[in-house]
Amino acid sequence: MMRPVTFATGMSIALATAFSAQARDATVGMQLEPPHLDPTSAAAGAIDQVLYSNVFEGLTRFSSDGSVVPGLAESWEVSDDGVIYTFTLREGVTFHDGTSFDASDVVFTLDRARGPDSTNAQKGLFANIAGVQAVNDRTVVITLNEPQGAFLFNLAWGDAVIVAPESIEDIKSNPIGTGAFRFADWKQGDSITLVRNDDYWGTPAALDGATFKFISAPTAAFAAMMAEDVDAFYGYPAPENLAQFDADPRFTVLAGNTEGETILAMNNKLPPFDNKLVRQAVSHAIDRSAIIDGAMFGYGTPIGSHFAPHNPAYVDLTGNSAYDPEKAKALLAEAGFPDGFSTTLKLPPPSYARRGGEIIAAQLRAVGIEAEISNLEWAQWLEQAFKGYDYGMTIVSHTEPMDIGIYARPGYYFQYDNLDFQKLMAEFEVENDPDMRTEMLQKAQTIISEDYVNAYLFQLAQTSVVNAKLEGIWADAPTQAVDLTGVRWVD
Amino acid sequence: MRNLILGFALTALFLIGAALSFLWTPYDHTVLEVTNKLKPPTLAHPFGTDQLGRDILSMIMVGARTSIAVAIVAVGIGIGLGVPLGLAAAASRGSWIDEVIMRGNDLIFAFPSLLIAIMITAVFGPSAVNAIIAIGIFNIPVFARVTRGAALSIWQQDYILAARVAGKGTMRISVEHILPNIANLLIVQGTIQFSLGILAEAALSYVGLGAQPPVPSWGRMLADSQTLFMIAPHITLFPGCAIVLTVLGLNLAGDGLRDLLDPRIRRAGL
Amino acid sequence: MLRYIVTRTGSLCLSLLVASVVIFALIEVVPGDPVAFMLGLNAQPDTVAALREELGLNASVLERYFSWVFGLLQGDLGTSYTYRSPVSEIVAERLVISLPLAAYALALTILIAFPAGILPAAYRGRAADVAVMGGTQLGVAIPNFWFAMIMVMIFAINLRWFSAGGFPGWEAGFFPAMKALTLPAIALALPQASILARVMRSALLDTLGSDYIRTARAKGLTKGQALRRHALRNALIPVLTILGLQFSFLLAGAIIIENVFFLPGLGRLIFQAISQRDLIVVESVVMLLVFAVIFVNFIVDLAYAWVDPRLRVQT
Repeated sequence: MMRPVTFATGMSIALATAFSAQARDATVGMQLEPPHLDPTSAAAGAIDQVLYSNVFEGLTRFSSDGSVVPGLAESWEVSDDGVIYTFTLREGVTFHDGTSFDASDVVFTLDRARGPDSTNAQKGLFANIAGVQAVNDRTVVITLNEPQGAFLFNLAWGDAVIVAPESIEDIKSNPIGTGAFRFADWKQGDSITLVRNDDYWGTPAALDGATFKFISAPTAAFAAMMAEDVDAFYGYPAPENLAQFDADPRFTVLAGNTEGETILAMNNKLPPFDNKLVRQAVSHAIDRSAIIDGAMFGYGTPIGSHFAPHNPAYVDLTGNSAYDPEKAKALLAEAGFPDGFSTTLKLPPPSYARRGGEIIAAQLRAVGIEAEISNLEWAQWLEQAFKGYDYGMTIVSHTEPMDIGIYARPGYYFQYDNLDFQKLMAEFEVENDPDMRTEMLQKAQTIISEDYVNAYLFQLAQTSVVNAKLEGIWADAPTQAVDLTGVRWVD
Repeated sequence: MRNLILGFALTALFLIGAALSFLWTPYDHTVLEVTNKLKPPTLAHPFGTDQLGRDILSMIMVGARTSIAVAIVAVGIGIGLGVPLGLAAAASRGSWIDEVIMRGNDLIFAFPSLLIAIMITAVFGPSAVNAIIAIGIFNIPVFARVTRGAALSIWQQDYILAARVAGKGTMRISVEHILPNIANLLIVQGTIQFSLGILAEAALSYVGLGAQPPVPSWGRMLADSQTLFMIAPHITLFPGCAIVLTVLGLNLAGDGLRDLLDPRIRRAGL
Repeated sequence: MLRYIVTRTGSLCLSLLVASVVIFALIEVVPGDPVAFMLGLNAQPDTVAALREELGLNASVLERYFSWVFGLLQGDLGTSYTYRSPVSEIVAERLVISLPLAAYALALTILIAFPAGILPAAYRGRAADVAVMGGTQLGVAIPNFWFAMIMVMIFAINLRWFSAGGFPGWEAGFFPAMKALTLPAIALALPQASILARVMRSALLDTLGSDYIRTARAKGLTKGQALRRHALRNALIPVLTILGLQFSFLLAGAIIIENVFFLPGLGRLIFQAISQRDLIVVESVVMLLVFAVIFVNFIVDLAYAWVDPRLRVQT
């Protein structure tokens, strides 16, 4: 798999490190390895983590606090009716292969993503686009079918980064973007190496290069970090070790927010979960603090609806489903299950699900509900629970940002079908007024919380362990990205 | 003799613990007490508590049942099918029967066992029964090959020739003369496979393919402990030692038994 | 001998054919869609259809079986669904780790097992016997992944003698690479060596008890001479049996150890491929492993025939 171009750049890194007295590279550990390197044709978060903002950039981008800021578009104008966006592109931007970036690349990218042969995993982001035109080299006009409040937000996703027709053929193994780092080498199963792009249009990166090392087993992650084989571990998989790293002066522990609402999903069309009282009983039977404590070692924020607590529009609705086993029993009796019932609890691989599942099963047993656990791989989970609706309960963290809209999709795996909610979300989609949007979001949170669609557990925490001398790793995870453009060593 | 006694003592301890767990365990292993997690051994919890606040001693006692059940049935499958196949192959050495049996064995054995276990699990879902099947299938060729290998060298002995001259049939010779003469090797292999069965069950549950929670399993306890044992070594130490001591006990007992049962070897002290 | 080799080769081919059908059938019944896995929760139906078409998943079962087998015959292992690169390239990259690891572990196994099997047989009942046999008992009893975890904690985290895992690549030099494989190889070899040593000892004692050895002793050979000249060669039969069995374990059974040490080897590749439903990778790699093991057994059988000429005579 050693490609000639790769080999050459690999050599130059080796030389660079040999000459600099002090290592100016950083090695970042991650749990998952990307399957390939095209962010625009797969759902795998690992692809974005390595490449987003480092190698590929979009017209807009997420900054570390989750706000949307200009990327390759330095400015834009929106028509009064909200359907025409005119973007002005940055000047002097080139791709890593030397070809220049201009409006035709934007047209190519967006047409490819929304075309009939598109394999973009988030094709829905582009569904509202009616047309994309290059007016001149630096101006692009995007016309929408109808106004869309979240359009600039959508363009900031990793699935909307700009790619070039010249390099699209080999993008899966040799990604060519416009970012502050160039792709150098991929040792499959082990690591991906990036080197600084010295021709970068913006502030050049402080690091000479970076290596992402893929370490899936938590023990190995612990060992690699302790032995300082990696300089940072992004998304450290075992929260139980964090106290130990925190106590060690060599390391800093970053605990931030993610967009991951972790829920105990219930199959709303499957008896007895079609009965709201039963779902309410389940919600009251669950002690969130025991789950956060036991499964996440204290890392995680309780939630009472499907919404991220750090979002300004958040309403605290945890009171709707406060831990109250007696009330749960009473509700079960009222629903016609005085002796409880049996159901299935299907758990995907992440430890929040596996550990949380054991705790939840024990808590449900205390009110008379027998939940039979089966541990599934993701592929099985997708087949059985997500596609086949063949489950009673399951635990999943929904990591897409602002995804409360999934409750407006009756075919979605928890099969919640509420016309009022669907209408509300449809109105929200086209609403442009920020205050109205906030109000609508708050109403949406309340509806699904009071309908007890699912039992809302906690907001997944983003926990990273970083060498104390390495600065600039994002604490929060507004999107799946390990943005290294601002990372540097301090002595 | 010392080996035998030590082996029997360890094995008995393991069997008694498993049997007792049907009637009594210090705590209910399904009850979680998160506020009481990762407590080191105390009088109240002699082996301490795990990451969810469960009593580790109780979990090890119940986990022993899982291990025994899986390993015994798997060895049973291996002996029940493997030994007759091996005897038949040796008796008909060189014929097509031998060829088919041995190639069939090679074929089973050629499949990477853990991967087949993973695939069986992918089809039928993880459970203790699937663990038994996955381990059992791979015991068949082991017993068949060992049986055949040993039986072949017995077939070369003079007294077999004598028995054949005396008109005894192949089947009768296999059962009356071959089987007793390879019994010691089968005992050695049987113990190895039993202990390997316990280890295999541990490995399968370690990767999440064996018995499902809340049924405790030693392998899963080790898997759950692996990020925690720098903070709380007892949670990996006790289940790990339970596996080691049980396997050790079984092996010592098997060795001792062989010495006891087979005077030929003792005579061979030279 | 020639006729023996010819018949064995014939059955080798037949075995491989049967294996290919079994593997393909087994993988066909595994539920789960690689495309669903790749495109995630928000995928739209038309995207899924487009990708299925692109990957050639819409062809019939028979079509896919035959195109796979004909590909294999021409040395083409297919193209990975998730990695989108040729399976043979991916496998080659992993093999440069898995093969040396298996060889290293096998070498350690033999290196430990032969002395540890012969010594106790020669000094049966003495202190050396008791000590070595006690050691092998422990070696057999320790789950290798637990042993590996403990080694990582002691040698990598506390003593910092080895890195906790990973593989620097052979381009980092022979010794750094071998160093990275050392703990995994020990973890793999220890239980195997203990098993082999026990089989070896028991086989040696068996042959030492047989009549021809006693005859040889009566003719004036010392115990050591009897052991070297007669017993060892006969004891090799069960030892070779076990070694043949162990090879497959060392190659494919290293999955767990590769995971503990995060080595990007073949075992981990299949493990990942199964969970991602990258079926073509699973099929081809399992087939490759099966081929390797059947082939090694074939060699072991020929070795039998060499050790014991009587075995090659057809009755």
